[in-house]
Amino acid sequence: MSVIPLPSGRNVPPAAAPGGRGASALPWLAVPALVFFVGFGVIPLIGVLLLSFTSWDGLGDISVTGFDSWRAVLADPGLPHALWVTFLVMALSWLVQTPASILIGVFLAGQQRYRAVLAVLYFIPLLLSSAAIAITYKALLDPNFGLGAGLQIDVLVQDWLGEPALAMGVVIFVVSWQFIPFHSLIYQGGVRQIPRSMYEAAELDGAGRVRKFFSITLPQLKYTVITSSTLMVVGSLTFFDLIFVLTAGGPGDATRVLALDMYKRGFQANLMGPASAIACILVLVGLVLALLLRRLGGRDASASQLEGA
Amino acid sequence: MATTLTKGPSQTAAQHARPSRRRIGERPNWLGGAISWLWLLVVIVPIYWIVITSFKSQSNYYAENPFAPPSEPTLANYQMVIEADFIRYFVNSLVVAVGAVAPAVAVSFMAAYAIVRGGGSRFLRSTNSLFLMGLAIPLQATVIPIYLIIIRLHLYDTLLALILPSIAFAIPLSVLVLSNFIRDVPKELFESMRLDGASEWGTLWHLALPLTRPAVVTVTIYNALTIWNGFLLPLILTQSPEQRTLPLALWSFQGQYSINVPAVLASVVLTTLPILVLYVLGRRQLLAGLTAGFGK
Repeated sequence: MSVIPLPSGRNVPPAAAPGGRGASALPWLAVPALVFFVGFGVIPLIGVLLLSFTSWDGLGDISVTGFDSWRAVLADPGLPHALWVTFLVMALSWLVQTPASILIGVFLAGQQRYRAVLAVLYFIPLLLSSAAIAITYKALLDPNFGLGAGLQIDVLVQDWLGEPALAMGVVIFVVSWQFIPFHSLIYQGGVRQIPRSMYEAAELDGAGRVRKFFSITLPQLKYTVITSSTLMVVGSLTFFDLIFVLTAGGPGDATRVLALDMYKRGFQANLMGPASAIACILVLVGLVLALLLRRLGGRDASASQLEGA
Repeated sequence: MATTLTKGPSQTAAQHARPSRRRIGERPNWLGGAISWLWLLVVIVPIYWIVITSFKSQSNYYAENPFAPPSEPTLANYQMVIEADFIRYFVNSLVVAVGAVAPAVAVSFMAAYAIVRGGGSRFLRSTNSLFLMGLAIPLQATVIPIYLIIIRLHLYDTLLALILPSIAFAIPLSVLVLSNFIRDVPKELFESMRLDGASEWGTLWHLALPLTRPAVVTVTIYNALTIWNGFLLPLILTQSPEQRTLPLALWSFQGQYSINVPAVLASVVLTTLPILVLYVLGRRQLLAGLTAGFGK
């Protein structure tokens, strides 16, 4: 292995290779992962851009049609609507999840005995598949046979998935139900990294719990907030299965997010070209948001991981 | 006060070892506590409802209070689900999960090791950046080309079609978490292995792997969870009932038996049970790994 030159043609820096011989094998260890990731991650990513300039029904031949798909998609009023719904889901679920996750995370990082038990139970929603969660909530919210009818509580007897605003509310609630546990665990981890001595110093200065929270905990959690928000925001672009099973984008197009729009155009209407254009927009939105959050934090979560190297 | 400057593992370990019971003990955190307990209720109630309802007969489901335990518990729903080819879907899911997770963790570990140990090399730095970028790419966006690739490879409607992309999409996060842990292995240990004449492979196998076992368990469970629950890839890459995985079977079962809610919920319980067992077994590592992996 050691005689084969590095793929990059460069030498391993002295820090990593004082011994020379063995170190040159290092880059090769990364190759299998790289091959898989390029083959089914990077190439499809390039492929989706190329396919957006073609016409393909999913079965027959692929023909190059230039900007036709893009023109069709950009002229379609469905696109601004899907974008709006996507941002709405993203923003609302962030607004619900972040404060709740921070509070729960701070609480879980505290000293009470039930903390561990709570953390165990909190994690259960993450074990269920989105399909299972969506199916459960569909049954729970059924206006005729669901919870409201069963308990005979009139307020709960609503056509939850039949009214646009209610359906959006249900989507946000179910998303939060599934993911607040995860994000509160991230915050719990973040809080535990805050040096005790900072609190001790604040206490000597007579700071109360609220003051300590806003002056120490929250600022110290800055990068955790960014990590968690990045995961939430990029993750919200992938709420396909949950919405697909729960509302199928309905009622009407009220919960038709971009990912669902892409699926419906591509795999139901057999318009792979326009669907690919939508996918490109999805990637663009994801990257822009990730970069924006990174700018916001001064450094991104991944860079912070590398600093310790 | 010197401790504020160092955030080394030893310091955090000391914090963990000595929970400051008397320190924060002055006043309980009412707001956080109230929200946490309220949230517990929000989490637990639907799960409780799923489980008890799955043991009710259809007629009792309509007649009883939804939160009352079943007056005449029955296993009929479970029997029905199992007879509806549950075993086959279970085996399919198992094949996909094991077939994807084992190689994904193996190649990710090798890559993470290389990235940490040879972090200065431009090739490895770019590789790492590429993986980190992968964290921001929604899987959904790439499914059309993946569909095309799978068709061209003549793998459509096979379990291998689900395994290959699943490996690829497990890699970015696995590399991130694993490299975080490998970085915490003291450099002196690597140096002494090198002085003893160990190869990189030997160092990886005999030093890095045993010392980072919790991280390996973490990414294994996390990836198993993600892949076990995967819905989109099975939806677009398979067609025949013989190749269905559990989430997809659940979905089609729901369409088929939408009137029989207890039976549908029994299938929800059955599809979740295996992952619940895995969670119970690996819970500590999973939680520790995830908080360290993301919270750093």
